[in-house]
Amino acid sequence: MADYPIHEYDVLVVGAGGAGLRAAIESSANGAKTGVVTKSLLGKAHTVMAEGGMAASMGNVDDRDNWKVHFADTMRGGQYLNNCHMAEIHAKEAPARVRELEAWGAVFDRTKDGRILQRNFGGHRYPRLAHVGDRTGLEMIRTLQDHGIHQGITFHMETTVLTLLLDGGRCVGAFGYDRERGRFMVFHAKAVVLATGGIGRAFQVTSNSWEYTADGHSLAYLAGAALLDMEFVQFHPTGMVWPPSVKGILVTEGVRGEGGVLRNKDGKRFMFDDIPPLYKSQTADNPDEGWRYTQGDKSARRPPELLTRDHVARCINREVKAGRGSPHGGVFLDIAWIKEKLPNSVEHIKKKLPSMYHQFKQLADIDITQVPMEVGPTTHYMMGGVKVDPQSQMSTVPGLFAAGECGAGLHGANRLGGNSLSDLLVFGKLAGEHAAKFAKANPAARIPMDQVEEAGRKALEPFERGASGENPFAIQHELQKTMQDLVGIVRKEDEMQQALIKIAELRARAARAGITGNREYNNGWHTAMDLNNLLTVSEIVTRAALERKESRGAQFRDDYPQKDEDWGKYNLRVTRDSHGAPNVEKTPTIPIPAELKVIIEEQSK
Amino acid sequence: MATATFRIWRGDSKQAGFKDYTTEVSEGMVVLDVVHKIQAEQANDLAVRWNCKAGKCGSCSAEINGNPKLMCMTRLNSLPLDQPVTVEPMHTFPHIKDLVTDVSWNFRVKEKIQRFTPRKPDAPDGTWRVQQADVDRPQEFRKCIECFLCQDVCHILRDHHMHDKFIGPRFLVYSAAMEMNPIDAADRLKDLHDNGGIGYCNITKCCTKVCPEEIKITDNAIIPLKERVVDEYYDPLRRLFKIFK
Repeated sequence: MADYPIHEYDVLVVGAGGAGLRAAIESSANGAKTGVVTKSLLGKAHTVMAEGGMAASMGNVDDRDNWKVHFADTMRGGQYLNNCHMAEIHAKEAPARVRELEAWGAVFDRTKDGRILQRNFGGHRYPRLAHVGDRTGLEMIRTLQDHGIHQGITFHMETTVLTLLLDGGRCVGAFGYDRERGRFMVFHAKAVVLATGGIGRAFQVTSNSWEYTADGHSLAYLAGAALLDMEFVQFHPTGMVWPPSVKGILVTEGVRGEGGVLRNKDGKRFMFDDIPPLYKSQTADNPDEGWRYTQGDKSARRPPELLTRDHVARCINREVKAGRGSPHGGVFLDIAWIKEKLPNSVEHIKKKLPSMYHQFKQLADIDITQVPMEVGPTTHYMMGGVKVDPQSQMSTVPGLFAAGECGAGLHGANRLGGNSLSDLLVFGKLAGEHAAKFAKANPAARIPMDQVEEAGRKALEPFERGASGENPFAIQHELQKTMQDLVGIVRKEDEMQQALIKIAELRARAARAGITGNREYNNGWHTAMDLNNLLTVSEIVTRAALERKESRGAQFRDDYPQKDEDWGKYNLRVTRDSHGAPNVEKTPTIPIPAELKVIIEEQSK
Repeated sequence: MATATFRIWRGDSKQAGFKDYTTEVSEGMVVLDVVHKIQAEQANDLAVRWNCKAGKCGSCSAEINGNPKLMCMTRLNSLPLDQPVTVEPMHTFPHIKDLVTDVSWNFRVKEKIQRFTPRKPDAPDGTWRVQQADVDRPQEFRKCIECFLCQDVCHILRDHHMHDKFIGPRFLVYSAAMEMNPIDAADRLKDLHDNGGIGYCNITKCCTKVCPEEIKITDNAIIPLKERVVDEYYDPLRRLFKIFK
């Protein structure tokens, strides 16, 4: 038997972004011996890239806000496929989670009376996003990191989990390797929390960092857990489109929250042309009202640029396809125009959107205080993920929990901007708390050494093939192109069928991947390992998208362009069948209790 | 399409040296794009640390033509491509492989610094009332993405290897962010004086020059902290006052 080091924990957290860190802090506070495994260095996780803010109905800027409005906004944004209990918990607990961050050292922007400032964002009725300029994610991860390092948590940096370990259907730990030396190690735990983020690296144009290779989704699925809503991949409407090498990098919705407008090449604000009925009563019908809204006029309705992301992304796509796009295949996002309204607009923009100013200046030679940006849709967020219990965050596999982007339920068919950071905090905390409870109630199980041996053997196979094997980077690039072209923002049956054929081919090639060099910090090897997760989840996304024969939220089917009332009663649930293939089945949405229904009805007036 | 030659540091702590790679380059590319292209096409096992490729995570620090920079934010049009572009790992930290260094010392230093400790809340709901003007400065410091380029370029660490006596510009900025936070109640001056080695900094401002977040490290963080330490420990009147207190 191989002599791998064994790390013993009550709770093992996989991932050190917002959800993972928050889970670990809570788990440790509940007396559980807690370990965190992270693919990167501490403080580098994808959370760092979140810009706009975290949604919490504190009502600091508009006291009409409260949890009920936030709840109703979240459900409407998710086209009512959300788990209403998660949406309720999220709306109720988000304010306390934000205040807690301040007590741990976060330095938010302030209102005039010295409280935490909140800003407007798409789909949110009132200014609701606590923020720090346009670098809120950095503030959040640094706060959790700097708090977490004093909580008695053990961090395994630059370490990757290859497989979850199971004993009689219960998750009892994980097996992985450290990137620096390539050494295998066993994590023996009474409970495991997955907080691995999303799947954006399955697509060519993405705002996501390299880590987003669907690890948690794939690990949970292979361990037997059910996944939910896997057809819903959010394409953020505004990513950079030029120069080519930066295509996909996020341009925060905060630009539009601060008064930025979208125009086509004819200078037309095309968003006024297409306002969905669900939002008609809440949306401004002229530019002046929209501007007043962004400047805090409580009697004004929000501009159509701040409609939900799925809708804005599709409108941009339509403009480009109709030949009304910008020179590099996007549309114009203009914040510079506010100089007509504000005398100190240059300073104002730099103060409110410092990273955006910096990003465009440095990467595209463009001064956003003077000229419009060119933007287009970019793969941004995975609404689908591990099906969890709304309160405990436990998956359908005992001992296995999930929180944050790799979990599912809160966002339904489309996530509202700002609901991700609050999701991480609210459900990260719950996952940590309940994982610690589970660990207390359930004694350690044995380590299934056969699973460890098998995973270790398989992981080393690419080295045996060496240079004669397939290049893992080339396979990843082809997969990204396949998903981008065939399972992207506009989907149809025949293209997705082609994608499935292509994915199967790529899977066969990935099984022949070869690696040169040794195990020490070998990015080629890391990529070959991550590929398995990407391929597994790409197939699941495609199969779920094929199954849902309607257009709703983030899923747009060219062959079924309308919303179908009947489909609105179902989520799609994916499990692994006895042959190891994904089984996609319709499952009724969680019934909305009467007291929550009333809230939704009241708020839609 | 134009080509460029990249002279990349390859190898581990036992044996390493430059290796030249020639590859096609296109408009708008940054150094990290080229390194990735070389990795994908010519050297699959090339070790490079990166995450966001948007200048937000501070993972891809390196020395490009001798200048400490983020690879993801260094555009090729800022470099002369008629000669090889050299890309090396940071010099101040132990080398692991190729472009990757062991920066774990930084994480150990941070753990030793007195954590953020809030004063009593101002409002019954446990919140504080703080004016924007009073948080502008700590917010400047909290822009830090922990790329550690300031540590890399600081001669006290780079040339004099005083890692056990001096916490470096990053952690002076980290301390300053808490010291100047109106909600924080802890006092880190004694620690900065006794253990942080703040006196070693002789304000050459190299750290400020390389900061990708344009934090005025020396002027806004280190010098004010030095002044506070001097007031506390070296002011003759205050010393006299302390004796008779």
